Amino acid sequence: MALELKDIAYIAHLARLQLGAAEQSEALSRITNILSMIDQMQAVDTAGVEPLAHGFDASQRLRDDVVTETNQRDLLLKLAPSVDQGLFLVPKVLE
Amino acid sequence: MTSEMTPKMNDALKQGVAELARSLARKDFTSVELTRAYLERIDQHNPELNAYVTVTGEQALAQAQAADQARAAGTAAPYAGIPFAHKDIFCTSGVRTACGSRMLDNFIAPYDATVVEKMRQAGMVMLGKTNMDEFAMGSSNETSWYGPVKNPWNHTLVPGGSSGGSAAAVAAHLCPAATATDTGGSIRQPASFCGLTGIKPTYGRVSRWGMIAFASSLDQAGVLTRSAEDAAILMQMMSGFDPKDSTSVDVPVPDYLATLDQPLKGLRIGLPKQHFAVGLNPEVEKQIRAALSEFEKQGAVLKEISLDNSHLSVSAYYVLAPAEASANLSRYDGVRFGYRCDKPVDLEDMYKRTRGEGFGDEVKRRIMIGTYALSAGYYDAYYIKAQKVRRLIKDDFDRAFREVDVIMGPTSPHTAFPLGSKTKDPVTMYLEDIYTIAVNLAGLPGLSVPAGLVNGLPIGLQIVGRDFSEAQLLNLAHRFQQATDWHTHTPGV
Repeated sequence: MALELKDIAYIAHLARLQLGAAEQSEALSRITNILSMIDQMQAVDTAGVEPLAHGFDASQRLRDDVVTETNQRDLLLKLAPSVDQGLFLVPKVLE
Repeated sequence: MTSEMTPKMNDALKQGVAELARSLARKDFTSVELTRAYLERIDQHNPELNAYVTVTGEQALAQAQAADQARAAGTAAPYAGIPFAHKDIFCTSGVRTACGSRMLDNFIAPYDATVVEKMRQAGMVMLGKTNMDEFAMGSSNETSWYGPVKNPWNHTLVPGGSSGGSAAAVAAHLCPAATATDTGGSIRQPASFCGLTGIKPTYGRVSRWGMIAFASSLDQAGVLTRSAEDAAILMQMMSGFDPKDSTSVDVPVPDYLATLDQPLKGLRIGLPKQHFAVGLNPEVEKQIRAALSEFEKQGAVLKEISLDNSHLSVSAYYVLAPAEASANLSRYDGVRFGYRCDKPVDLEDMYKRTRGEGFGDEVKRRIMIGTYALSAGYYDAYYIKAQKVRRLIKDDFDRAFREVDVIMGPTSPHTAFPLGSKTKDPVTMYLEDIYTIAVNLAGLPGLSVPAGLVNGLPIGLQIVGRDFSEAQLLNLAHRFQQATDWHTHTPGV
Protein backbone atom coordinates (compact mmCIF):
# COMPACT_ATOMS: atom_id res chain seq x y z
CA MET A 1 0.00 0.00 0.00
CA ALA A 2 2.85 2.41 -0.85
CA LEU A 3 1.65 6.00 -1.00
CA GLU A 4 2.31 8.21 -4.01
CA LEU A 5 2.22 11.97 -4.44
CA LYS A 6 -1.27 11.81 -5.90
CA ASP A 7 -2.48 10.05 -2.74
CA ILE A 8 -1.05 12.86 -0.61
CA ALA A 9 -2.81 15.40 -2.81
CA TYR A 10 -6.08 13.49 -2.43
CA ILE A 11 -5.77 13.13 1.37
CA ALA A 12 -4.92 16.84 1.66
CA HIS A 13 -8.02 17.61 -0.38
CA LEU A 14 -10.21 15.41 1.85
CA ALA A 15 -8.81 17.21 4.90
CA ARG A 16 -9.17 20.62 3.18
CA LEU A 17 -5.48 21.45 3.56
CA GLN A 18 -3.62 23.55 1.01
CA LEU A 19 -0.10 22.12 0.55
CA GLY A 20 2.58 23.52 -1.74
CA ALA A 21 4.59 21.19 -4.00
CA ALA A 22 7.55 21.05 -1.60
CA GLU A 23 5.23 20.43 1.33
CA GLN A 24 3.57 17.58 -0.54
CA SER A 25 6.78 15.73 -1.25
CA GLU A 26 7.98 16.21 2.31
CA ALA A 27 4.60 14.97 3.58
CA LEU A 28 4.93 11.92 1.31
CA SER A 29 8.30 10.85 2.71
CA ARG A 30 7.42 11.51 6.33
CA ILE A 31 3.96 9.98 6.23
CA THR A 32 5.41 6.93 4.44
CA ASN A 33 7.86 6.48 7.35
CA ILE A 34 5.10 6.91 9.91
CA LEU A 35 2.87 4.38 8.15
CA SER A 36 5.65 1.81 8.09
CA MET A 37 6.02 2.26 11.87
CA ILE A 38 2.23 1.93 12.21
CA ASP A 39 2.23 -1.22 10.06
CA GLN A 40 4.10 -3.12 12.80
CA MET A 41 0.69 -3.72 14.32
CA GLN A 42 -0.46 -5.61 11.22
CA ALA A 43 1.74 -8.53 12.31
CA VAL A 44 -0.29 -9.26 15.44
CA ASP A 45 -3.23 -11.63 15.23
CA THR A 46 -6.40 -9.85 16.31
CA ALA A 47 -8.93 -12.39 15.06
CA GLY A 48 -11.88 -12.44 17.47
CA VAL A 49 -10.72 -9.36 19.38
CA GLU A 50 -13.42 -6.74 19.94
CA PRO A 51 -12.34 -3.19 19.01
CA LEU A 52 -11.95 -0.87 22.03
CA ALA A 53 -13.01 2.73 21.48
CA HIS A 54 -12.61 3.96 25.02
CA GLY A 55 -10.49 2.87 27.99
CA PHE A 56 -13.49 1.78 30.06
CA ASP A 57 -15.82 0.61 27.30
CA ALA A 58 -18.12 3.36 28.57
CA SER A 59 -21.16 4.35 26.58
CA GLN A 60 -22.39 7.85 25.93
CA ARG A 61 -24.18 9.42 28.89
CA LEU A 62 -27.52 11.05 28.02
CA ARG A 63 -29.11 14.11 29.55
CA ASP A 64 -32.56 15.67 29.44
CA ASP A 65 -33.31 17.55 26.25
CA VAL A 66 -33.46 21.02 27.79
CA VAL A 67 -31.79 24.33 26.97
CA THR A 68 -28.62 24.76 29.02
CA GLU A 69 -26.86 27.55 27.13
CA THR A 70 -27.70 31.21 27.41
CA ASN A 71 -27.87 33.37 24.30
CA GLN A 72 -24.41 34.87 23.72
CA ARG A 73 -24.81 35.72 20.07
CA ASP A 74 -23.06 39.09 20.16
CA LEU A 75 -20.10 37.81 22.19
CA LEU A 76 -19.62 34.82 19.88
CA LEU A 77 -20.01 36.82 16.67
CA LYS A 78 -17.22 39.10 17.86
CA LEU A 79 -14.81 36.16 17.51
CA ALA A 80 -15.59 35.61 13.83
CA PRO A 81 -13.32 36.91 11.05
CA SER A 82 -16.22 38.35 9.07
CA VAL A 83 -19.82 39.06 10.09
CA ASP A 84 -22.68 41.22 8.91
CA GLN A 85 -26.05 41.88 10.58
CA GLY A 86 -25.67 38.95 12.95
CA LEU A 87 -24.53 36.49 10.28
CA PHE A 88 -21.19 34.78 9.58
CA LEU A 89 -19.90 35.80 6.17
CA VAL A 90 -18.17 33.39 3.77
CA PRO A 91 -17.16 33.81 0.13
CA LYS A 92 -20.03 33.63 -2.34
CA VAL A 93 -21.28 30.03 -2.75
CA LEU A 94 -24.02 30.52 -5.35
CA GLU A 95 -23.62 32.56 -8.53
CA MET B 1 9.24 48.10 37.91
CA THR B 2 12.71 46.93 38.80
CA SER B 3 13.51 46.48 42.42
CA GLU B 4 15.87 44.30 44.38
CA MET B 5 14.03 41.19 45.52
CA THR B 6 14.10 41.06 49.32
CA PRO B 7 15.52 37.89 50.85
CA LYS B 8 12.06 37.17 52.25
CA MET B 9 10.44 37.20 48.80
CA ASN B 10 13.38 35.36 47.30
CA ASP B 11 12.68 32.60 49.78
CA ALA B 12 8.94 32.76 49.03
CA LEU B 13 9.64 31.94 45.38
CA LYS B 14 11.21 28.65 46.48
CA GLN B 15 8.10 27.50 48.35
CA GLY B 16 5.64 25.01 46.96
CA VAL B 17 1.86 25.18 47.17
CA ALA B 18 1.52 23.54 50.61
CA GLU B 19 4.19 25.74 52.15
CA LEU B 20 2.82 28.91 50.54
CA ALA B 21 -0.58 28.18 52.07
CA ARG B 22 1.03 28.12 55.52
CA SER B 23 3.08 31.26 54.85
CA LEU B 24 0.07 33.20 53.62
CA ALA B 25 -2.01 32.02 56.60
CA ARG B 26 0.77 33.21 58.96
CA LYS B 27 0.87 36.50 57.03
CA ASP B 28 4.61 36.13 56.37
CA PHE B 29 3.82 38.00 53.16
CA THR B 30 0.69 38.90 51.23
CA SER B 31 -0.55 37.36 48.01
CA VAL B 32 0.02 40.72 46.28
CA GLU B 33 3.68 40.70 47.38
CA LEU B 34 4.05 37.11 46.26
CA THR B 35 2.35 37.72 42.92
CA ARG B 36 4.52 40.80 42.28
CA ALA B 37 7.64 38.77 43.05
CA TYR B 38 6.58 36.11 40.54
CA LEU B 39 5.73 38.68 37.87
CA GLU B 40 9.19 40.24 38.31
CA ARG B 41 10.87 36.89 38.03
CA ILE B 42 8.86 36.06 34.91
CA ASP B 43 9.90 39.42 33.43
CA GLN B 44 13.50 38.57 34.12
CA HIS B 45 13.67 34.98 32.86
CA ASN B 46 10.80 34.38 30.45
CA PRO B 47 12.39 36.15 27.46
CA GLU B 48 15.12 33.48 27.55
CA LEU B 49 13.02 30.42 28.50
CA ASN B 50 9.81 31.22 26.53
CA ALA B 51 7.76 29.25 29.06
CA TYR B 52 4.83 31.69 29.11
CA VAL B 53 3.08 32.86 25.95
CA THR B 54 0.77 35.23 27.83
CA VAL B 55 1.34 36.90 31.19
CA THR B 56 -1.81 38.22 32.85
CA GLY B 57 -0.20 40.56 35.39
CA GLU B 58 -3.09 42.93 35.94
CA GLN B 59 -5.70 40.23 36.45
CA ALA B 60 -3.26 38.32 38.67
CA LEU B 61 -2.75 41.31 40.95
CA ALA B 62 -6.51 41.88 41.15
CA GLN B 63 -7.04 38.21 42.09
CA ALA B 64 -4.23 38.46 44.64
CA GLN B 65 -5.74 41.57 46.17
CA ALA B 66 -9.13 39.85 46.44
CA ALA B 67 -7.44 36.90 48.17
CA ASP B 68 -5.67 39.21 50.63
CA GLN B 69 -8.95 40.95 51.46
CA ALA B 70 -10.69 37.62 51.98
CA ARG B 71 -7.86 36.52 54.24
CA ALA B 72 -8.09 39.73 56.29
CA ALA B 73 -11.83 39.17 56.62
CA GLY B 74 -11.27 35.55 57.66
CA THR B 75 -13.20 34.17 54.67
CA ALA B 76 -10.30 32.99 52.50
CA ALA B 77 -10.31 29.45 51.11
CA PRO B 78 -7.24 27.43 52.25
CA TYR B 79 -5.24 27.98 49.05
CA ALA B 80 -6.52 31.44 48.14
CA GLY B 81 -3.84 33.78 46.87
CA ILE B 82 -1.42 31.13 45.61
CA PRO B 83 -0.11 31.89 42.11
CA PHE B 84 0.04 29.27 39.37
CA ALA B 85 -0.10 29.02 35.56
CA HIS B 86 -2.49 27.39 33.09
CA LYS B 87 -1.36 25.51 30.02
CA ASP B 88 -2.63 27.51 27.04
CA ILE B 89 -4.97 24.65 26.10
CA PHE B 90 -7.55 25.63 28.75
CA CYS B 91 -10.08 28.25 27.72
CA THR B 92 -9.78 31.34 29.92
CA SER B 93 -12.58 33.86 29.58
CA GLY B 94 -11.36 37.18 28.17
CA VAL B 95 -7.78 35.93 27.80
CA ARG B 96 -6.22 34.69 24.55
CA THR B 97 -6.25 30.89 24.37
CA ALA B 98 -4.03 29.94 21.42
CA CYS B 99 -3.16 26.26 22.05
CA GLY B 100 0.27 26.85 20.53
CA SER B 101 -1.27 27.52 17.12
CA ARG B 102 -1.38 30.34 14.62
CA MET B 103 -4.95 29.16 14.02
CA LEU B 104 -5.99 30.47 17.45
CA ASP B 105 -3.50 33.33 17.78
CA ASN B 106 -6.40 35.82 17.84
CA PHE B 107 -8.83 33.67 19.86
CA ILE B 108 -10.09 35.28 23.06
CA ALA B 109 -11.97 32.48 24.81
CA PRO B 110 -15.57 33.46 25.54
CA TYR B 111 -15.82 31.18 28.59
CA ASP B 112 -13.79 29.43 31.28
CA ALA B 113 -12.92 25.73 31.15
CA THR B 114 -14.27 23.79 34.14
CA VAL B 115 -10.70 23.38 35.43
CA VAL B 116 -10.17 27.14 35.18
CA GLU B 117 -13.46 27.81 36.94
CA LYS B 118 -12.56 25.40 39.77
CA MET B 119 -9.15 26.98 40.37
CA ARG B 120 -10.73 30.43 40.33
CA GLN B 121 -13.30 29.29 42.91
CA ALA B 122 -10.44 28.08 45.10
CA GLY B 123 -8.96 31.60 44.98
CA MET B 124 -5.84 30.61 43.04
CA VAL B 125 -4.09 33.44 41.18
CA MET B 126 -3.43 32.84 37.48
CA LEU B 127 -0.10 34.36 36.43
CA GLY B 128 -0.53 33.53 32.75
CA LYS B 129 -0.75 30.88 30.05
CA THR B 130 2.11 28.53 29.24
CA ASN B 131 3.67 27.55 25.93
CA MET B 132 2.97 24.10 24.46
CA ASP B 133 3.30 22.03 21.31
CA GLU B 134 0.69 23.06 18.75
CA PHE B 135 -2.63 21.46 19.75
CA ALA B 136 -0.54 19.36 22.17
CA MET B 137 0.95 17.41 19.26
CA GLY B 138 4.59 16.95 20.12
CA SER B 139 7.07 15.63 22.67
CA SER B 140 9.53 18.53 22.78
CA ASN B 141 7.52 21.77 22.68
CA GLU B 142 9.14 22.51 19.30
CA THR B 143 5.92 22.52 17.25
CA SER B 144 4.60 25.65 18.99
CA TRP B 145 3.74 28.65 16.79
CA TYR B 146 5.34 30.70 19.58
CA GLY B 147 8.71 29.00 19.31
CA PRO B 148 10.44 26.36 21.41
CA VAL B 149 10.79 26.43 25.20
CA LYS B 150 14.23 25.97 26.74
CA ASN B 151 14.85 23.43 29.47
CA PRO B 152 15.81 25.41 32.62
CA TRP B 153 18.39 22.71 33.48
CA ASN B 154 20.29 23.36 30.25
CA HIS B 155 19.14 25.92 27.72
CA THR B 156 20.31 23.87 24.73
CA LEU B 157 17.87 21.06 25.62
CA VAL B 158 14.13 20.60 25.18
CA PRO B 159 11.86 20.66 28.26
CA GLY B 160 9.78 17.80 26.83
CA GLY B 161 6.26 18.18 25.53
CA SER B 162 3.60 18.86 24.92
CA SER B 163 3.33 20.59 28.33
CA GLY B 164 6.86 22.02 27.96
CA GLY B 165 5.97 25.58 28.96
CA SER B 166 4.25 24.45 32.15
CA ALA B 167 7.20 22.19 33.05
CA ALA B 168 9.84 24.86 32.37
CA ALA B 169 7.86 27.48 34.31
CA VAL B 170 7.55 25.26 37.41
CA ALA B 171 11.16 24.04 37.23
CA ALA B 172 12.52 27.60 36.84
CA HIS B 173 10.33 28.86 39.70
CA LEU B 174 8.32 31.11 37.42
CA CYS B 175 5.29 29.64 39.25
CA PRO B 176 4.95 27.06 42.04
CA ALA B 177 2.67 24.79 39.98
CA ALA B 178 0.96 24.61 36.61
CA THR B 179 -1.85 22.75 34.93
CA ALA B 180 -1.00 20.45 32.03
CA THR B 181 -2.58 17.83 29.79
CA ASP B 182 -1.50 14.37 28.69
CA THR B 183 -2.70 12.47 25.60
CA GLY B 184 0.31 10.15 25.20
CA GLY B 185 2.82 11.35 27.80
CA SER B 186 2.58 15.14 27.68
CA ILE B 187 2.60 15.59 31.47
CA ARG B 188 4.86 12.71 32.49
CA GLN B 189 7.68 13.14 29.96
CA PRO B 190 8.17 16.90 30.64
CA ALA B 191 8.03 16.08 34.38
CA SER B 192 10.84 13.59 33.82
CA PHE B 193 12.94 16.02 31.72
CA CYS B 194 12.51 18.96 34.13
CA GLY B 195 12.73 17.15 37.49
CA LEU B 196 9.08 17.58 38.51
CA THR B 197 6.19 15.60 39.89
CA GLY B 198 3.56 15.21 37.16
CA ILE B 199 0.30 13.31 37.36
CA LYS B 200 -2.06 12.28 34.58
CA PRO B 201 -5.20 11.07 36.32
CA THR B 202 -7.58 8.35 35.16
CA TYR B 203 -9.48 9.21 31.98
CA GLY B 204 -12.66 11.00 33.08
CA ARG B 205 -11.35 12.06 36.50
CA VAL B 206 -10.90 15.73 35.50
CA SER B 207 -13.37 17.53 33.26
CA ARG B 208 -12.31 18.12 29.66
CA TRP B 209 -14.92 20.86 29.20
CA GLY B 210 -13.18 23.93 27.82
CA MET B 211 -9.95 22.02 27.27
CA ILE B 212 -9.16 22.27 23.56
CA ALA B 213 -9.55 18.77 22.11
CA PHE B 214 -6.74 16.80 20.46
CA ALA B 215 -7.75 13.12 20.82
CA SER B 216 -10.89 12.99 22.91
CA SER B 217 -10.70 9.36 24.06
CA LEU B 218 -7.14 9.90 25.36
CA ASP B 219 -6.86 13.56 26.53
CA GLN B 220 -6.75 14.11 30.26
CA ALA B 221 -5.80 17.09 32.43
CA GLY B 222 -3.43 17.00 35.39
CA VAL B 223 -0.69 19.04 37.06
CA LEU B 224 3.05 19.65 37.21
CA THR B 225 4.41 20.49 40.66
CA ARG B 226 7.57 20.25 42.74
CA SER B 227 6.16 17.68 45.19
CA ALA B 228 3.55 14.95 45.45
CA GLU B 229 1.89 16.87 48.28
CA ASP B 230 1.39 19.88 45.99
CA ALA B 231 0.05 17.61 43.27
CA ALA B 232 -2.43 16.16 45.79
CA ILE B 233 -3.66 19.63 46.70
CA LEU B 234 -4.22 20.64 43.09
CA MET B 235 -5.75 17.32 42.03
CA GLN B 236 -8.25 17.76 44.86
CA MET B 237 -9.24 21.13 43.38
CA MET B 238 -9.46 19.99 39.76
CA SER B 239 -11.06 16.55 40.03
CA GLY B 240 -14.69 15.58 40.04
CA PHE B 241 -17.75 14.86 37.98
CA ASP B 242 -18.81 17.51 35.47
CA PRO B 243 -22.17 17.15 33.71
CA LYS B 244 -20.82 19.40 30.94
CA ASP B 245 -18.25 16.75 29.90
CA SER B 246 -20.06 13.67 28.61
CA THR B 247 -17.03 11.47 29.36
CA SER B 248 -16.60 12.76 32.90
CA VAL B 249 -16.91 9.90 35.38
CA ASP B 250 -19.22 10.12 38.39
CA VAL B 251 -16.96 8.54 41.01
CA PRO B 252 -16.42 10.29 44.38
CA VAL B 253 -13.07 12.07 44.81
CA PRO B 254 -11.25 10.80 47.91
CA ASP B 255 -9.26 13.07 50.22
CA TYR B 256 -5.84 12.85 48.55
CA LEU B 257 -3.95 14.51 51.42
CA ALA B 258 -5.41 12.14 54.01
CA THR B 259 -3.64 9.06 52.62
CA LEU B 260 -0.29 10.61 51.60
CA ASP B 261 1.58 9.03 54.51
CA GLN B 262 0.14 5.52 54.38
CA PRO B 263 2.79 2.83 54.85
CA LEU B 264 3.80 0.72 51.85
CA LYS B 265 4.32 -2.63 53.55
CA GLY B 266 3.21 -5.51 51.36
CA LEU B 267 2.75 -3.36 48.25
CA ARG B 268 3.32 -5.42 45.11
CA ILE B 269 5.18 -3.49 42.41
CA GLY B 270 5.23 -4.86 38.87
CA LEU B 271 8.22 -4.13 36.63
CA PRO B 272 7.34 -4.62 32.95
CA LYS B 273 10.29 -6.38 31.37
CA GLN B 274 9.58 -4.48 28.13
CA HIS B 275 10.34 -1.20 29.94
CA PHE B 276 13.80 -2.40 30.99
CA ALA B 277 14.84 -3.71 27.59
CA VAL B 278 17.04 -2.51 24.73
CA GLY B 279 16.73 1.24 24.19
CA LEU B 280 16.81 2.20 27.85
CA ASN B 281 19.88 4.26 28.72
CA PRO B 282 21.94 2.11 31.18
CA GLU B 283 22.59 5.06 33.50
CA VAL B 284 18.85 5.81 33.63
CA GLU B 285 18.20 2.13 34.38
CA LYS B 286 20.71 2.19 37.25
CA GLN B 287 18.97 5.17 38.85
CA ILE B 288 15.53 3.64 38.36
CA ARG B 289 16.68 0.38 39.99
CA ALA B 290 18.05 2.40 42.91
CA ALA B 291 14.70 4.19 43.25
CA LEU B 292 12.90 0.85 43.22
CA SER B 293 15.08 -0.45 46.03
CA GLU B 294 13.89 2.53 48.09
CA PHE B 295 10.36 1.16 47.80
CA GLU B 296 11.65 -2.29 48.75
CA LYS B 297 13.24 -0.79 51.87
CA GLN B 298 9.80 0.48 52.83
CA GLY B 299 8.33 -3.01 52.58
CA ALA B 300 7.22 -3.25 48.96
CA VAL B 301 7.83 -6.37 46.89
CA LEU B 302 9.18 -6.17 43.32
CA LYS B 303 7.96 -8.60 40.68
CA GLU B 304 8.79 -8.82 36.99
CA ILE B 305 5.71 -8.72 34.77
CA SER B 306 5.09 -8.69 31.04
CA LEU B 307 3.02 -6.26 29.00
CA ASP B 308 3.17 -8.41 25.88
CA ASN B 309 1.74 -5.89 23.45
CA SER B 310 3.40 -2.75 24.74
CA HIS B 311 5.66 -2.58 21.66
CA LEU B 312 2.50 -1.98 19.60
CA SER B 313 1.25 0.95 21.66
CA VAL B 314 2.99 3.64 19.60
CA SER B 315 1.69 2.09 16.35
CA ALA B 316 -1.91 1.93 17.57
CA TYR B 317 -1.70 5.39 19.10
CA TYR B 318 -0.53 6.98 15.84
CA VAL B 319 -3.67 5.70 14.16
CA LEU B 320 -6.18 6.47 16.89
CA ALA B 321 -4.93 9.87 18.07
CA PRO B 322 -4.58 11.31 14.54
CA ALA B 323 -7.98 9.84 13.58
CA GLU B 324 -9.63 11.60 16.51
CA ALA B 325 -7.60 14.74 15.83
CA SER B 326 -8.63 14.87 12.19
CA ALA B 327 -12.26 14.92 13.32
CA ASN B 328 -11.72 17.36 16.21
CA LEU B 329 -9.72 19.82 14.14
CA SER B 330 -12.29 19.95 11.34
CA ARG B 331 -13.93 22.75 13.35
CA TYR B 332 -11.17 25.17 12.33
CA ASP B 333 -12.70 26.38 9.11
CA GLY B 334 -12.12 30.13 9.15
CA VAL B 335 -15.82 30.86 9.59
CA ARG B 336 -16.72 31.23 13.26
CA PHE B 337 -13.46 31.98 15.08
CA GLY B 338 -9.70 31.86 14.67
CA TYR B 339 -7.53 32.48 11.65
CA ARG B 340 -8.88 33.12 8.14
CA CYS B 341 -6.67 33.39 5.06
CA ASP B 342 -6.46 36.64 3.13
CA LYS B 343 -8.81 37.26 0.18
CA PRO B 344 -10.29 33.78 -0.41
CA VAL B 345 -11.65 33.36 -3.93
CA ASP B 346 -14.29 30.81 -2.97
CA LEU B 347 -15.39 28.65 -0.06
CA GLU B 348 -13.07 25.74 -0.81
CA ASP B 349 -10.10 28.06 -1.26
CA MET B 350 -10.97 29.64 2.09
CA TYR B 351 -11.08 26.29 3.91
CA LYS B 352 -7.89 25.01 2.31
CA ARG B 353 -5.73 28.10 2.68
CA THR B 354 -7.06 28.91 6.15
CA ARG B 355 -6.10 25.42 7.33
CA GLY B 356 -2.93 25.20 5.23
CA GLU B 357 -1.64 28.49 6.66
CA GLY B 358 -3.16 28.28 10.15
CA PHE B 359 -1.81 24.81 11.08
CA GLY B 360 1.86 23.92 11.42
CA ASP B 361 3.56 20.95 9.72
CA GLU B 362 3.11 18.40 12.52
CA VAL B 363 -0.57 19.17 12.94
CA LYS B 364 -1.15 18.91 9.19
CA ARG B 365 0.71 15.60 9.13
CA ARG B 366 -1.45 14.14 11.86
CA ILE B 367 -4.66 15.40 10.28
CA MET B 368 -3.60 13.68 7.05
CA ILE B 369 -2.71 10.40 8.78
CA GLY B 370 -6.06 10.46 10.56
CA THR B 371 -7.93 11.32 7.38
CA TYR B 372 -6.18 8.46 5.58
CA ALA B 373 -6.85 5.95 8.38
CA LEU B 374 -10.54 6.83 8.37
CA SER B 375 -10.95 6.95 4.60
CA ALA B 376 -12.89 4.41 2.55
CA GLY B 377 -10.87 1.25 1.98
CA TYR B 378 -8.45 1.80 4.88
CA TYR B 379 -10.83 2.08 7.82
CA ASP B 380 -10.68 -1.61 8.76
CA ALA B 381 -6.97 -2.05 8.10
CA TYR B 382 -5.99 0.93 10.22
CA TYR B 383 -8.68 2.30 12.49
CA ILE B 384 -10.45 -0.92 13.50
CA LYS B 385 -7.14 -2.79 13.68
CA ALA B 386 -5.74 -0.13 16.03
CA GLN B 387 -8.83 -0.35 18.22
CA LYS B 388 -8.34 -4.11 18.46
CA VAL B 389 -4.70 -3.61 19.45
CA ARG B 390 -5.93 -1.08 22.01
CA ARG B 391 -8.04 -3.88 23.53
CA LEU B 392 -4.99 -6.18 23.70
CA ILE B 393 -3.00 -3.46 25.46
CA LYS B 394 -5.79 -2.86 27.95
CA ASP B 395 -6.06 -6.64 28.57
CA ASP B 396 -2.30 -6.75 29.33
CA PHE B 397 -2.79 -4.19 32.11
CA ASP B 398 -5.87 -5.98 33.48
CA ARG B 399 -3.85 -9.20 33.66
CA ALA B 400 -0.91 -7.44 35.33
CA PHE B 401 -3.13 -5.85 37.96
CA ARG B 402 -4.33 -9.28 39.05
CA GLU B 403 -0.74 -9.98 40.19
CA VAL B 404 0.49 -6.56 41.31
CA ASP B 405 -0.88 -3.34 42.84
CA VAL B 406 1.07 -0.81 40.79
CA ILE B 407 3.47 -0.82 37.84
CA MET B 408 6.77 1.07 37.87
CA GLY B 409 9.55 1.81 35.44
CA PRO B 410 11.31 4.70 33.72
CA THR B 411 9.11 7.52 32.39
CA SER B 412 11.46 8.11 29.46
CA PRO B 413 14.37 6.02 28.12
CA HIS B 414 16.79 8.96 28.56
CA THR B 415 17.28 12.49 29.83
CA ALA B 416 16.23 15.64 27.93
CA PHE B 417 17.59 15.75 24.36
CA PRO B 418 19.04 18.72 22.42
CA LEU B 419 16.73 21.24 20.75
CA GLY B 420 16.38 20.44 17.06
CA SER B 421 17.78 16.91 17.32
CA LYS B 422 14.55 15.02 16.55
CA THR B 423 12.49 17.46 14.52
CA LYS B 424 13.61 16.00 11.17
CA ASP B 425 12.23 12.55 11.85
CA PRO B 426 8.71 12.32 13.29
CA VAL B 427 9.06 8.60 14.04
CA THR B 428 12.00 9.05 16.44
CA MET B 429 10.00 11.83 18.12
CA TYR B 430 6.97 9.53 18.42
CA LEU B 431 9.09 6.81 20.04
CA GLU B 432 9.83 9.29 22.84
CA ASP B 433 6.56 8.22 24.45
CA ILE B 434 7.29 4.48 24.31
CA TYR B 435 6.69 3.94 28.07
CA THR B 436 3.83 6.38 28.54
CA ILE B 437 1.46 5.95 25.58
CA ALA B 438 -0.04 2.57 26.58
CA VAL B 439 -1.28 4.15 29.81
CA ASN B 440 -3.45 6.61 27.84
CA LEU B 441 -4.75 3.85 25.56
CA ALA B 442 -5.89 1.95 28.65
CA GLY B 443 -7.26 5.08 30.38
CA LEU B 444 -5.17 4.45 33.51
CA PRO B 445 -3.64 7.03 35.88
CA GLY B 446 0.11 7.60 35.70
CA LEU B 447 2.56 9.71 37.61
CA SER B 448 6.20 10.66 37.10
CA VAL B 449 8.37 11.43 40.10
CA PRO B 450 11.98 12.70 40.08
CA ALA B 451 14.18 9.67 40.74
CA GLY B 452 17.75 10.71 40.12
CA LEU B 453 20.19 12.72 38.05
CA VAL B 454 22.20 11.43 35.10
CA ASN B 455 25.02 13.75 34.07
CA GLY B 456 23.35 16.49 36.05
CA LEU B 457 19.97 16.07 34.35
CA PRO B 458 16.79 14.80 36.00
CA ILE B 459 15.08 11.51 35.23
CA GLY B 460 11.61 10.32 36.21
CA LEU B 461 10.17 7.13 37.66
CA GLN B 462 6.75 6.33 36.22
CA ILE B 463 4.11 4.85 38.53
CA VAL B 464 0.95 3.45 36.94
CA GLY B 465 -2.08 2.31 38.92
CA ARG B 466 -5.52 0.83 38.51
CA ASP B 467 -8.47 3.03 37.48
CA PHE B 468 -9.04 5.85 39.98
CA SER B 469 -5.99 4.99 42.09
CA GLU B 470 -4.70 8.59 42.13
CA ALA B 471 -4.63 8.59 45.93
CA GLN B 472 -2.33 5.58 45.88
CA LEU B 473 0.00 7.05 43.25
CA LEU B 474 0.29 10.28 45.24
CA ASN B 475 0.87 8.27 48.41
CA LEU B 476 3.73 6.30 46.82
CA ALA B 477 5.30 9.43 45.33
CA HIS B 478 5.04 11.23 48.66
CA ARG B 479 6.61 8.34 50.60
CA PHE B 480 9.42 8.27 48.07
CA GLN B 481 9.94 12.01 48.46
CA GLN B 482 10.04 11.66 52.26
CA ALA B 483 12.94 9.24 51.86
CA THR B 484 14.83 10.93 48.99
CA ASP B 485 15.63 14.49 47.97
CA TRP B 486 15.59 14.23 44.15
CA HIS B 487 12.50 16.44 43.92
CA THR B 488 14.30 19.23 45.79
CA HIS B 489 17.07 19.57 43.18
CA THR B 490 16.48 22.63 41.05
CA PRO B 491 18.20 24.09 37.99
CA GLY B 492 20.17 27.30 38.45
CA VAL B 493 18.05 28.87 35.62
